[in-house]
Amino acid sequence: MARKHEMPEVNAGSMADIAFLLLIFFLVTATIQTDVGLDRKLPPKDTTPPLPIHERNLFRISLNKNNELMVEDNVMEIQDLKSAAIAFLDNGGAVVGDKNYCNYCLGNRDTNGSDNPNKAIISFNSDRAAAYGAYVLVQNELTAAYNELRDRESRRLYATEFLEMERTYFDPKTASETKLELRAKISRIRNMYPMKLSEAQTNMKL
Amino acid sequence: MKNFKNTKSRVPTISTASLPDIVFMLLFFFMTVTTIKNNTLLVDNNLPNADQIKRLAKKDRVIEIFVGEPSPELAEVLGSEPKIQLDNKLANVIDIAPYVLSELAKKPEAIRNLVTVSLKVDKDVNVGIVSDIKQELRKVNVLKVNYTTYEGDAFTNMK
Repeated sequence: MARKHEMPEVNAGSMADIAFLLLIFFLVTATIQTDVGLDRKLPPKDTTPPLPIHERNLFRISLNKNNELMVEDNVMEIQDLKSAAIAFLDNGGAVVGDKNYCNYCLGNRDTNGSDNPNKAIISFNSDRAAAYGAYVLVQNELTAAYNELRDRESRRLYATEFLEMERTYFDPKTASETKLELRAKISRIRNMYPMKLSEAQTNMKL
Repeated sequence: MKNFKNTKSRVPTISTASLPDIVFMLLFFFMTVTTIKNNTLLVDNNLPNADQIKRLAKKDRVIEIFVGEPSPELAEVLGSEPKIQLDNKLANVIDIAPYVLSELAKKPEAIRNLVTVSLKVDKDVNVGIVSDIKQELRKVNVLKVNYTTYEGDAFTNMK
């Protein structure tokens, strides 16, 4: 009886079928994660009375119902928005010795532009009938402008990309000492170019 | 040498023993990269593209609001005016504040101020309805929002 010494074999032939069944189930019931997007913080409801802001520190953008863009007083293509926003934010118009003087700005230092990135406010108004796609595009371009400036400073000061620092900071695997260090760096750069994006009504002083 | 003649005439078979392994590998891949859809969409939800994106925090810290035109079957009854979907039903702007508060109450107290509202809005919807939603969120002091998008070139939104 040679049979007695052999191990009884489990038939694995149908294993593939079972696995396929499971695979198809997951393919059907699941969607690939799309949970990415643009983060924004809404202003709190009880706002303090409107502050007078100097016109030169305000960058007005409006989007009309035909998805056309008006920046300050001119019609602009959305492609040019990013560079226009960078030029405005990075202007640093305050003169040397002034308390608002910006020593890291590389802009034109035009006296009609913003004094300091800390003072510069972008005001974005959108018509109710504008498409959400265009709205997100404008938001995306403005975020890109801030990211580019922050990235420039981050490379200059710490020789790393700003987004890379943020990514490491939010990574749960990063050690807490590294996180503390990164937190200081990130907040320093964020304070150099704080994101001041307003969607409130602004009254023009004529 | 007795079987030699037999083996020569047989077609060599392909071993399928490793097939289950391959399929399991695929299975595990899909299990890890996917999330199970927990609500059926009643509205069209073709999100816009953006490239300056941030990954959304953990799933338990997110409240989702869908906005879009009703799906084709529902559009016959409801018309094609954009609608808001909360959980599994269509709602109006005034329902948002109570819904967000009730969702917030379900979360553990420690993470309540970390909750983000994910606005999943179709790219063809008008901005008006989105700003109405934002006003409602401000009323209940839920201020962190995320304009959820797909990852891609933002300029394709205009076409």
